[in-house]
Amino acid sequence: MTTAIQATSINKWFGEGEARTHAVKDVNFEANFGEMVYVVGPSGSGKTTLLSMISGILRPDSGAVTIEGADIWSLAADALAEFRLRRIGFVFQDYHLFPRLTTAENVALPLILQHRDWDEALSEARRDLEVVGLENRARLPPVKLSGGEQQRVAIARAIISRPDIMIFDEPTASLDGDTGRTIVQFVREHLLSDKRCIVIVTHDSRIYEFADRILKMEDGRVTGVERSELDAQ
Amino acid sequence: MILELQSGILRIAYKLLVNDRTKFAALLVGITFAVFLMIEMTSLFAGILMRSSATVINIGASIWVMDPSVQTVANAIPLPNYVLDEVRSLPGVKYAVPLYSGSALLKLRDGSYQAANIVGLDDTSLIGSPQMVAGNIQDIFAENAFIAIEDSEFYKLESPHIGTEFELNDHRGKIVGLARVSSSSLFGVPTLYTTYYRALQYIPNTRFTISYILVEPKTPADVAAIKERVAADGYLALTKDEFMSKISRFYMYQTGIGTNMLLMTLISFIVGLSISGQTFYTFILENIDRFGALKAIGAKSRELVSMILFQATFVALTGYGFGVGLCALLIWLARAHLPDYAAMITFLNLGLAFVMVVIIAASSSYFGVRKVLLIEPFDIFRG
Ligand SMILES: Nc1ncnc2c1ncn2[C@@H]1O[C@H](COP(=O)(O)OP(=O)(O)OP(=O)(O)O)[C@@H](O)[C@H]1O
Ligand SMILES: [Mg+2]
Repeated sequence: MTTAIQATSINKWFGEGEARTHAVKDVNFEANFGEMVYVVGPSGSGKTTLLSMISGILRPDSGAVTIEGADIWSLAADALAEFRLRRIGFVFQDYHLFPRLTTAENVALPLILQHRDWDEALSEARRDLEVVGLENRARLPPVKLSGGEQQRVAIARAIISRPDIMIFDEPTASLDGDTGRTIVQFVREHLLSDKRCIVIVTHDSRIYEFADRILKMEDGRVTGVERSELDAQ
Repeated sequence: MILELQSGILRIAYKLLVNDRTKFAALLVGITFAVFLMIEMTSLFAGILMRSSATVINIGASIWVMDPSVQTVANAIPLPNYVLDEVRSLPGVKYAVPLYSGSALLKLRDGSYQAANIVGLDDTSLIGSPQMVAGNIQDIFAENAFIAIEDSEFYKLESPHIGTEFELNDHRGKIVGLARVSSSSLFGVPTLYTTYYRALQYIPNTRFTISYILVEPKTPADVAAIKERVAADGYLALTKDEFMSKISRFYMYQTGIGTNMLLMTLISFIVGLSISGQTFYTFILENIDRFGALKAIGAKSRELVSMILFQATFVALTGYGFGVGLCALLIWLARAHLPDYAAMITFLNLGLAFVMVVIIAASSSYFGVRKVLLIEPFDIFRG
């Protein structure tokens, strides 16, 4: 297996003086192509911070992040943006869908940012809305959708460009067990390949079965963990 | 090319803007209103300025010699005859003729009185004669002859025709022709043309009688020397354009009209700026986290900026179009009902309003752009 993402002793502090928190503490992290890696852990343990640093959104205060051997944090702002656009698909903890665009247009945004043809982008968006079971919502604005449906729209937006690295922050938090499982299963079966790598932050034990590896984050530190250990909790 | 490449992004920007009906309407109303007021005010002013120079425009002489204290063409200060002789003797002068410009009280056939402008054209040359629509200009030499100008005030002379008679200071006057001029006067009184000498005979005068001396230089290069020599004699020679701007300056700065118009224009600008600026800024703020999401996904700052600039430009141009249209419509309507309505949309007015709209758009987008450039994608990621 080739290494997709490698973070070497990365650190992140927030705030000043008394409020200063060490959110990510000297973390080493590795994810390989062909792998679906989960990060679990209590709220405030630094999961989102870690994801942001390994995906080129938040600059670590120290340490290095390489993706396929290339140091992403040495890229200039625009080059890094282009890198994220071409290689990474994101599901944010909140969905951040544009209320004035249709669901399909929201899903198509990454392709539109890649300057793809409009109609082509929208037909691909409809394809992925079908994947998340929302093919009949394509023309509605996201505000007409339930929370769970909006989350599925966000997932469709993350996978539409078939990026080789997918970073999902709690993608199933507002989905019922079956829907969440179905979607993650689809992602696992149809999108994961030996050229792709998926990192998922989750609290959702119902989808643990799809993970290749589960890491536990606690108070800014990452430790490996066995599934049985989690199931026992 | 850049626009072509980003057309999908701009299309998104367009949809974000237009699909937000309420804000889009508020933005349009703000800009339309501001543009309308700015153009209406300045057009009204332009119309007034134009009409205040009506005589200068209609006579059309290249150079006007006058007393230095003259402020507007309507208030001529008579010049002694020797000035005419001196001007005629200047090298570079092709010809110089006197012009009478004054006002008189006419007694119409129904016994009512009506004030009128009287223009007396030089008897030998008839320099500055109007364009005849009925009768012959030579009839101006006939006994008691006057030519009536068919402008918006014409009806105040009881819409005369050839042969209509009236009284002017106990002299009989008779209309021998009807003519047109390019600009009506500001003061709402009708205009009659006659010869210089008849004007002097019919209208009581001060010791000096020449209102203006109209000069034609031999070549345009002679103008400067003529002006200099006239100035040496203590009088003022102005080209047609200089005279018109002098009159405009008078109305602009020495009467209340100018300052009030300027103030109104400024107020409409500020109102438009604050309505549209405020609305546009709220519009950006409302979408700020989604702009942040776009940034996280991989939109470049340049692309986000172009989205905002596109939105601002689009609203500004649409509002500008509506404002200009509304203004043209209103002036047209007003003219249909008030022939005297002195508004005139000039390219300068349009340009001025355009510049102001550009300023409104630029300053509204400035704050939006700043806001969008400052968002941290991480904050979006964290929710
Ligand atoms: N911009 C910030 N300013 C100050 N503190 C921050 C900031 N971002 C994160 N933190 C702190 O860093 C720590 C880690 O936050 P993070 O969002 O990574 O946690 P998390 O594991 O994703 O939690 P959750 O499960 O609730 O999403 C928290 O203590 C949080 O308060
Ligand atoms: Mg989090």
